Amino acid sequence: MTTTGYSTRGADPTTAPAFLAPLDGQSTAVLPVVAELRAQGRARFAAVGLPTIKNEAWRYTNLRDLAKLAVTTASGDAPIDRLPTVRADGQNGPRLVFVDGRFRADLSTADGLPDGVLLTDFASACQNHSGLIAEHLGRLASAEDRPLVALNSADLTDGVVLRVATGVSVDAPIELVFVSVGRDGATTASHPRALIVLEAGARAVLVEHHVSQGDNATLSNHVAEITVGEGATLHHCKAQRENAASFHLSHIAASVAAGGCYDNFILTIGARLSRNEVVSALNGGDARTHVSGGYMVRGNQHADISTIIDHAQPNGTSREVYKGVIDDSARAAFQGKIIVRPHAQKTDGHQLNRALLLSDSAEIDAKPELEIHADDVKCSHGCTAGELDDAALFYLRARGIDKETARGLLIGAFLSDVLDEIAEAPIREAFQGFVAGWLEEQR
Amino acid sequence: MAAQPETIDQVRAVTEQKYKYGFTTDIESDVAPKGLNEDIVRFISAKKNEPEWLLEWRLRAFRVWQTMEEPQWAAVSFPPIDYQDAHYYAAPKQKVGPKSLDEVDPELLATYAKLGIPLREQEILAGVEGSEGKSPSIAVDAVFDSVSVATTFKAKLEEMGIIFCAISEAVQKHPDLVKKYLGSVVPYTDNFYATLNCAVFTDGSFVYIPKGVRCPMELSTYFRINQANTGQFERTLIIADAGSYVSYLEGCTAPQRDENQLHAAVVELVAMDDATIKYSTVQNWYPGNAEGVGGIYNFVTKRGACRGKNSKISWTQVETGSAITWKYPSCILQGDNSVGEFYSVAITNNRQQADTGTKMIHIGKNTRSTIVSKGISAGKAQQTYRGLVKILPKAEGARNHTQCDSLLIGDACGAHTVPYIESRNRSARIEHEATTAKISDDQLFYCRQRGISEEDAVSLIVNGFCKEVLKELPMEFAVEAQKLVGISLEGSVG
Repeated sequence: MTTTGYSTRGADPTTAPAFLAPLDGQSTAVLPVVAELRAQGRARFAAVGLPTIKNEAWRYTNLRDLAKLAVTTASGDAPIDRLPTVRADGQNGPRLVFVDGRFRADLSTADGLPDGVLLTDFASACQNHSGLIAEHLGRLASAEDRPLVALNSADLTDGVVLRVATGVSVDAPIELVFVSVGRDGATTASHPRALIVLEAGARAVLVEHHVSQGDNATLSNHVAEITVGEGATLHHCKAQRENAASFHLSHIAASVAAGGCYDNFILTIGARLSRNEVVSALNGGDARTHVSGGYMVRGNQHADISTIIDHAQPNGTSREVYKGVIDDSARAAFQGKIIVRPHAQKTDGHQLNRALLLSDSAEIDAKPELEIHADDVKCSHGCTAGELDDAALFYLRARGIDKETARGLLIGAFLSDVLDEIAEAPIREAFQGFVAGWLEEQR
Repeated sequence: MAAQPETIDQVRAVTEQKYKYGFTTDIESDVAPKGLNEDIVRFISAKKNEPEWLLEWRLRAFRVWQTMEEPQWAAVSFPPIDYQDAHYYAAPKQKVGPKSLDEVDPELLATYAKLGIPLREQEILAGVEGSEGKSPSIAVDAVFDSVSVATTFKAKLEEMGIIFCAISEAVQKHPDLVKKYLGSVVPYTDNFYATLNCAVFTDGSFVYIPKGVRCPMELSTYFRINQANTGQFERTLIIADAGSYVSYLEGCTAPQRDENQLHAAVVELVAMDDATIKYSTVQNWYPGNAEGVGGIYNFVTKRGACRGKNSKISWTQVETGSAITWKYPSCILQGDNSVGEFYSVAITNNRQQADTGTKMIHIGKNTRSTIVSKGISAGKAQQTYRGLVKILPKAEGARNHTQCDSLLIGDACGAHTVPYIESRNRSARIEHEATTAKISDDQLFYCRQRGISEEDAVSLIVNGFCKEVLKELPMEFAVEAQKLVGISLEGSVG
């Protein structure tokens, strides 16, 4: 019954070769587990190619424009002007920086982390912590189900490895910065992988920045596999602000053990086309997850949010709030699914998606799904779409506020609500700044 | 209601009477050979003495159907259907069905006794003395297996210019109307089951309400699948001309059999300026037994077009029967200010599967739609609400409100909600809400404490849960539907 699997319906394998890097470019001295994953991913992606809108999971997001491109790779050694951060000016903290998907040791630091925390790049982890890689790599994100995970696996070379040992709490936010620079006249692709493991009772705050430097078109295709141990808590916030020529694809697969909490927030501002998939599986009793975010798109942008909250064990709690603003000819898709499996009694799941359409050619497509197999549960979802409230606009206009300012205030208020879902104050404030910047450009 | 105190004896009397006064057609010539090919399509068309254009239309549909695949997206599973292993035409014949009570499953009889509605209609159909006088508010067209067997109150309706007859009769008597509207809402290329229906449909009801006429009584079709190994493919076409009003009821039953039977109907509604069509269904096809053996596959395409300004189409359905339901009564809101409504109660028990919902396509300005769906799943049943609300760019000021609630009884069933919401107009306002819950112990305890048996308490609570929908049914059906709700859930608690 549970229909989370990927069917190969509408699959177009002819699109595959252009996206698979030549084999000779890959280093051969890799861990067997990595080599195996690459081979599997390569075979799978070659068989199915990029998904098409004939596939139910992709009905609202067309990769036609991406499929036309021939992608290449970038060296990743471009000089970087400045790095985004959620820290107040002058502060330093743990941070890994990737340029065009390549780890940049010169810009990264793991200083200031307590004992018991491993924060390193994928290649180093393969050398020094091969056991960790072997235990967790490819366990949560299935290449079988998702062609872009297969593509990520096929080209797996770089990424993030974070492990927080039992009972260790990391107060400072750990920042992951992905800068897309690309190459003039070409579209470059990167496929970073993140492997994040919080052991029992651990706590960490992770912030991801995705930005572009320059106007080159890039494809970034991220996969994150996140294991939240018993009673552990991970706050995971992501701001995607890439340029209007780029394609941003991301798949986050999280598994939460008993009493654990996975808290995810994604802010989507940039990219010509973006898709954020979040799968949060509550695989232990009394686990919690919180999956929220905001999207604001204009011009010809396309933003896709596709989430699955999978209650597999009893007494789980989930909360999902997404809000979006769509202007010009932009389009957004929201697909949110809550699954309650047969034994997951006493589940409490709530989902809300609200979209604001600002122009006559904007479009929202929403598909909020419930799949319930247990009877003693409380699950609900709500979904609305519409324009700014005329009465509220009139209220402000009647008080002498000009139309543009009034609209800005109302849009800001609409988005401000969803930013309140971010638990950590410094991150919330930084994200509010990103939203304010977008509103400023809007006027 | 009238039928409530009826005893099993009366049931038998009525049933037997029906067959006693049954049909004189010869058995041999009235069952088409098994299988489906162009010859069968020609056979059906010839049987109905159809004009050439209709045969051509059927054949076009059949050729398209051969290239189509069965839809796989619904959350239902069943063994593949062998479309060649069924009769596509079976006319009613004498002395079919149970001859005495001994042959009838007592469970079925008990159900009938509790039910009421079909009996009353049967009474009318069988010409029971005084029955016409008893309920002059309903005119009935009965479709038995593939053929419309009787239409009541025809003369009275004709005085007002209302046409209410079997569609095969309409093809003969009103070919222009049929030709103009048949397939205009559900084209012959629409989907696998609808296309199959176009090729092999045998009968159904036809309604035309002339301009400015308010139909003085409920029109009703009573469908029954009786023959084994047959599929039923009926086609209903209702046209409400400018300023008219009609309320139409549809009831369905089928005998209990071990094999599955296919029912692939098509219903097309057309509402012109200021016209209103209210279409109510109480679907109680045989759902199979507790282990999921037998039952009807109800794969139905129902669609209404609000062609005119200020037109309105309202669907109300109570779905309790069928082994598998695949049904999405829809509204195409073309005319400015047109209104679409969908009220649904679907109850699945044992191993029933239902994938049902609606589509509201907003095309005209200020079009409004309301969707209220109540799903109740018990036993090992699986139920899905699947709906689409689509706002096209020109639908200025469109409005939709959707409420889907699911109630689960028991931990082995499933209830799923799959709404699609697509808006391409900023001035459109769309709201969707869905909840899933179970009958709370508090509610049950409250009733039990007051001496209400557990089963009655569940029936009471479920009826409360469904009230929003049941109140939309015409009086005659509402009371019966409430009872049906109780019956369908029998054995699901305790």
